[in-house]
Amino acid sequence: MEINILSWIIWIPLLGMAAIAFVPRGKTQLIKIITAVATGVQFLATLGLWSQFDLSNGGFQFMERATWIPSFNITYILGVDGLSLPMVVLTGLLFFLSTFVSWNINRAVKGYFSLFLLLNIGIMGVFLSLDFFLFYVFWEVMLLPMFFLIGMWGGPQREYAAIKFFLYTLVGSVLMLIAILGLYFTCGRTFDMLVLMEVAPTALNGVMWWGIDAIKVIWVLLFIGFAIKVPVFPFHTWLPLVHVEAPTAISVILAGILLKLGVYGMLRINYSMLPGAVWWFAGALAVLGLINVIWGAMCALAQKDLKKMVAYSSVNHMGYLLIGMSAVIAAGAANGNNVLAAQAGLGGAVFLMFNHGTISAMLFILVGVIYERAHHRNIDGFGGIAAQMPIYSGIMALAFFAGLGLPGFSGFISEAMCFIGAFPVFKAIVIASTLGILLNAAYFLRAYQRIFMGSLNEKYKDLPEINRMELFTVIPLAVITLFLGIYPKPFLDLISSTMNVIIDKVANIGSIAGVF
Amino acid sequence: MTGNMFIDYSLLILFLPVAAFTIQIFIGKRLPRQGDWVSIGAVIITLVLAIAMFASMLLGNDPNFSQEASFTWLDMGVFKIELGFLVDNITIVMLLVVALISTMTHIFSVKYMEGDIRYSRYFAYLGLFTFSMNGIVLANNLISMYMFWELVGVSSYLLIGHWFEKDSASDAAKKAFLTNRVGDIGFFIGIMLIFSSLGTFVFSEIFDGIAAGKLGGTVLTFAGVGLFLGAMAKSSQFPLHIWLPDAMEGPTPVSALMHAATMVAAGVYLVVRLFPLFTPDALLVMAYVGGFTALFAATIAITQNDIKKVLAYSTVSQLGYMILSVGTGAYIAGFFHLVTHAMFKACLFYGSGSVIHSMHHALHKKHDTETDPQDMRNMGGFKNKMPITYWAMLICTLAISGVPLFSGFLSKDAILAGTLSFASHNPGHFLLPVFGFGAAAITAFYMFRLMIMTFHGKPKMPEIYDDIHESPKEMTFPLVLLSTLSVFIFYTLPYFNPFSDHGWFKELVVAKDSVVPGSETAHYIAEGIHHAHYPAMALSLIVASVGIFLSWTMYFKKKISADDWAEKLKPMYNLSFNKYFFDENYNKYLYQPLLKLSSLVAYIDWDLYDKYVINGFGRVTKLLSFFTGRMDYEGLDQTIIDGIGRTTRRAGGVLKYLQTGRLQSYLLFALLGIILLVLVQSF
Repeated sequence: MEINILSWIIWIPLLGMAAIAFVPRGKTQLIKIITAVATGVQFLATLGLWSQFDLSNGGFQFMERATWIPSFNITYILGVDGLSLPMVVLTGLLFFLSTFVSWNINRAVKGYFSLFLLLNIGIMGVFLSLDFFLFYVFWEVMLLPMFFLIGMWGGPQREYAAIKFFLYTLVGSVLMLIAILGLYFTCGRTFDMLVLMEVAPTALNGVMWWGIDAIKVIWVLLFIGFAIKVPVFPFHTWLPLVHVEAPTAISVILAGILLKLGVYGMLRINYSMLPGAVWWFAGALAVLGLINVIWGAMCALAQKDLKKMVAYSSVNHMGYLLIGMSAVIAAGAANGNNVLAAQAGLGGAVFLMFNHGTISAMLFILVGVIYERAHHRNIDGFGGIAAQMPIYSGIMALAFFAGLGLPGFSGFISEAMCFIGAFPVFKAIVIASTLGILLNAAYFLRAYQRIFMGSLNEKYKDLPEINRMELFTVIPLAVITLFLGIYPKPFLDLISSTMNVIIDKVANIGSIAGVF
Repeated sequence: MTGNMFIDYSLLILFLPVAAFTIQIFIGKRLPRQGDWVSIGAVIITLVLAIAMFASMLLGNDPNFSQEASFTWLDMGVFKIELGFLVDNITIVMLLVVALISTMTHIFSVKYMEGDIRYSRYFAYLGLFTFSMNGIVLANNLISMYMFWELVGVSSYLLIGHWFEKDSASDAAKKAFLTNRVGDIGFFIGIMLIFSSLGTFVFSEIFDGIAAGKLGGTVLTFAGVGLFLGAMAKSSQFPLHIWLPDAMEGPTPVSALMHAATMVAAGVYLVVRLFPLFTPDALLVMAYVGGFTALFAATIAITQNDIKKVLAYSTVSQLGYMILSVGTGAYIAGFFHLVTHAMFKACLFYGSGSVIHSMHHALHKKHDTETDPQDMRNMGGFKNKMPITYWAMLICTLAISGVPLFSGFLSKDAILAGTLSFASHNPGHFLLPVFGFGAAAITAFYMFRLMIMTFHGKPKMPEIYDDIHESPKEMTFPLVLLSTLSVFIFYTLPYFNPFSDHGWFKELVVAKDSVVPGSETAHYIAEGIHHAHYPAMALSLIVASVGIFLSWTMYFKKKISADDWAEKLKPMYNLSFNKYFFDENYNKYLYQPLLKLSSLVAYIDWDLYDKYVINGFGRVTKLLSFFTGRMDYEGLDQTIIDGIGRTTRRAGGVLKYLQTGRLQSYLLFALLGIILLVLVQSF
């Protein structure tokens, strides 16, 4: 471990920031190039990490450990496993592509790209840190650049959106902080997540706070903290607003990665440290998933703003993910040790994390393309664009079909796995949520018809076709989505060892405690 | 390549069209002739390969021939999905049908679509469709079946919406996709029910599991009905039939390929493939849905004036037949009808395409854009102008009407014998043969109505009559070929008895026993059909004659006035003419309420919940901070702090800077707070 690759991955953008600091304000092109190089190198590093990753090992690899604040047992610990690796690669890819999506930013360029890189540090840090304190610091680091990127480079209501985003997530952070401290003081005063994963599942047994099981209190605090990020109904209303106001590249990061941080947090902390409470909460999770699916789809169907529709489609898709996550209890003795279903469900959920990352990124980039040209996103304000911009329309059709879960695209497999996994445990909920299959198609096809089909709106008969830079940002995502849709094995091989570790954890505690 | 001829050929058959699709999408437009030869070449090779497989099947003469090959698609340890091919005699026959009709459609389209603005796109999508359809045919498991099932839906969406500038076309495309998705929900629930009990998606393993009693009873019935719901949507069965007639908005060769011969037959193919797993209850549901659809759609076809709409409702009705036959257990008869129907119905659609093409050009010459080139009331007397089209369509009309010497007679007869036998064993279900024979009579009637209105009598529009001419040979060739294949002999060889379906088909494509305990054996069902053969034949001959005779007297001889009867039966006529108002009612009671509900949900979400509840928290906090602010300033600062004096006030002034309004400093304070908390706790 001489090279400390994880630290490099996290801190490479800091070098970029330092370089940008020395560039004169006016040299905007150079600033962009520096950012592209920094994110590009980082992305290559993540790919290198993937190539060296041991697929058969479900535990943490490439561990780094350094003393930081010994008096409080705070350590700098990094590590990567099958849950975080796909997200690290996705982060690397999306930041690299988003740099090019941001190419036409021309106001306060220096500030924008510095904050952009800072955001990158925060996100990578969250995915890679294995010390709770470090995790929290990165979590908060992420918040700040996000606030300014929305508040300064956003749309007309950007300040309102930025404040709303900030307050919403701050509430989550506070709850999470309380939970972290709760774990710290009940599990032997450590922030070391590896130790907590060992100790916490049993250490909290029998501990009562205000007459309630401590494990449930901590679970719920953490859950709400993460649910705001996902977002889970009823904590979702920041999402459409922020998406509509955020600049395209930030929407891409937001939908592609930030939402997944919530799911990542649940799986890394709720599931791995408090597996007993998974049993208690799985039913609620499935119900929330169902609500997300239906509510998100209904709202998407009613939207007039294309970007807002895509934003609600995220709410909708995160519903499938929650349902898949709830399937993990199938592996317990109470459910006949149905490991098959648990693997399908949890695997599907994590696969969907990645797939939604690529598909929603593609959708937001494409929405940005038309907005750039027409200066509005009103679904009813177009018509017949397919005749004018055939390439763009073709790629949009591809993205829409990927979004509506068409087989051949990666989204389908992950959604199907979520359903198949949860079905043995939550039959009625899964059956009800299959209605999403229809509603999903309904809102995408409705939008496609209104924007691209019909006779060409005279106003747009000179609309320029999608350009090379824009194509460059979408094509890699389309290729990945198609490739994994046709051949998902490489991805599932990547995650399955780690999934099995999580499943075992939940299944075993279920058969021991089984009281929740 | 696997070394196994059948599997290798299947791989090629599957992937050649998708290769053509890829080429067409990316560089089709830049190739000479916009690359149509790439697509045509690809499907012709698949046709040759399919013929080779078919020949081997005939030579091998093994009714139980079956080959499987699969690979691991994903593997998480216990959860594993294997995808693969199943090649047996049903597969081989179906591959040949798809390859043949697809090739004919490609050839027909060269002239029909000549000069179209998206010519290469069109051929690309045909390739995508052929790929997806072959995928369904070759699947040996539910997952790949479902995946190709949806891909077929997409190619249908793209091709129906080929002329997307027309609102009616884009509406029809969307409707087709969404209606099919309704069925897909059922299909998927069926898959989940089966998988959660048996842990496999592979057909043969599913059958084994059911035979071993691991899944049965009501759950299996529900699973079967779920799968059937998928078939209902794809095969346009009542009440999900609404999309198919609208799908006629697509180019006519597409209607022939997808919406008559192959894609819509996928539903039938699914239930034929999975026949052994359906419980008697599930089969009964099928029988009634299919039977009712057969009759119901036929009663609509009677009054339609658009030549393609008549054929569309006729297709719905014929698909109903096939489903009915699967429901009564005579599922091989259903599959037989699928094959014969594919030939004559595709041919009828090409024929209608040929007529429309001619009408279109004639109208174009007169600069007439008002007249509908598909309306049979503008036609008449085309027989002499388009003799090849006429004779080909006439042969196919005879076939679909169930006239001896033609293929449809054999297959329809087998289905009707099946219903008759079923009803004689279960007299309670006497309605099933009534549906069947009733639909047969009406079919003969409306098909001759179509032929007479189009080709006989005086030209209704003499001004364009001179410009009506036979279509070019790229278009007549498929007509001739497919009408030839509608002659009985191609299905009865090596025998020549036009009244018996005894031949290679019956010998090589044999029924499997149901694996559901307590079901009737294939042998028992075959016996029943055999006994019902002659009564069924006699009855079907009678009803077909009645239908043809009525049509002839009404439209050819004009001894009975169709208008008078329409007037006399006004309410019934209106119902039929307006397709029983299904679209209107679905719109009123399903789509509009759904859209209203979604608007309401969005309103609650954005304008109520977010604005009042979420922002309400903000308002409450603001109010609280207002009061604390007042207390801070007026209570603490003005009264107490001021009272203490200037020094303390300076301290207060310093404290004030804590409220910088900068988020960074708040974060810093939060961090300090944590550390403080930790410190306090650790003492």
